[in-house]
This record gives sequence, C-alpha cells and structure tokens, in this order.
Amino acid sequence: MPAVLEVTARVDARGQSCPMPIVRTAQAARALEPGSLIEVLATDPGSARDFAAWCRSTGHDLVEHSAEGGVYRFFIRTK
Amino acid sequence: MDEPLNLVLFSGTDDKLQAAAVLTAGAAALGKPVNVFLQYWALDAFRRDRIGRDHGLAPEAGVEGRVHVDDLRRAGQIGWPDVLREAKDLGQVDIQACSLSMDLLDIGPADLDPLVDGVEGITAFYINAGEGHVLFI
Repeated sequence: MPAVLEVTARVDARGQSCPMPIVRTAQAARALEPGSLIEVLATDPGSARDFAAWCRSTGHDLVEHSAEGGVYRFFIRTK
Repeated sequence: MDEPLNLVLFSGTDDKLQAAAVLTAGAAALGKPVNVFLQYWALDAFRRDRIGRDHGLAPEAGVEGRVHVDDLRRAGQIGWPDVLREAKDLGQVDIQACSLSMDLLDIGPADLDPLVDGVEGITAFYINAGEGHVLFI
C-alpha cells in the first residue's frame, strides 16, 4: 500500500446494492480529469469482482483493494 | 463491449423489472448501449399513473420472497424506475414501447412515463439490436 494516496473523490456506496456502487463510481469517474484517484467504499458482496471487471473493461486502474469487516475499499486511478 | 444489450421486457412485476434495471445499469456503466423494448405487462408498469405503484412480485417469490424484497427496500434499495433513470444518465439507454402492446393496452404515448423514449415495432428493435444479444424477461 503506497504511503500516501491523494484521493480526488470519494464514493461511499456502503449499504447500496448492485448496481449502484458501480453506477455511482462511473458517474464520479465521468466528472473527473484523467489520472484522478477515486476511493470507493462498498458493502455489496459482488463488489470485489465487479470493480475488478469494471476497471479491466473501462481501462481505469484498480490501484489497490482491500476488505475488512464486510467493507470493501477500492482505489481507482481514472484513465 | 460495443454491441448493444437488448432487453425485451414482458413481465411487469417489480422483481423482474428490478432485475432488468440492474442489467441495464450494469451495461450502461460499462459503456455498452442498451435497447429496451416494453411489451405487455412491462409496458403497463411504465404508465405515468402506475409507474410509482406496487407492481407485485412473480408467484415464485411467495411469502418469504415478499419479506426479502421489503427488507431490501427498507434498507434503502433504489427502485427500478430510478435505477433506469440513473442508467440513462450514465450511458446510452433507449427505452421503446412496443406498438402492438400500446394497442393491446389501448394507450397513447402521453400515457407513458418520460422514461419511455418512443414507440416502435419489432422491426426497428431488431435492426437496432444489431449483433447484440436479445434477452426476454
């Protein structure tokens, strides 16, 4: 994990079910300059696979992901 | 990812429409265009004066299913009309009313919620579907 991550935008999708975590993140990404860093929090169990697949497909970079106590955290660098 | 996702919606219960909305929004988030064709009871659910109402659940939900659905709603799950509105905002989603079903229900375009972009027949839907999958819900 990088020592410091300067987050450009945060998406708190905790408590939201599919597809909203991805929808909210895609909406956030659309509004940002390339190279921005989005931090996403989600509790939806499908999140881990969803965000990996979404980044692969859209070209955004899933820099870091973790899970703790039922909360998934993703750091995504926009392309 | 460029071929559209094409959904033919026939069932008008909230569970199936919610599932359809999830499929639509997921595609929209991936930049995949979505064409939706509303037939029969799905079209009926998009009526301006009915879209906000309870459309029930498919029989297989049973009593337990009703409880699960209500629990999720109470937890703040966003209903299918709003998921579709978000999907439209996010990507290329076109929702068309089946003209045959308009005749069946004896309704006009003004009777439909603004989520519906227009009325077309099966031919236009097939042509716009291109090489993409067509799913019937």
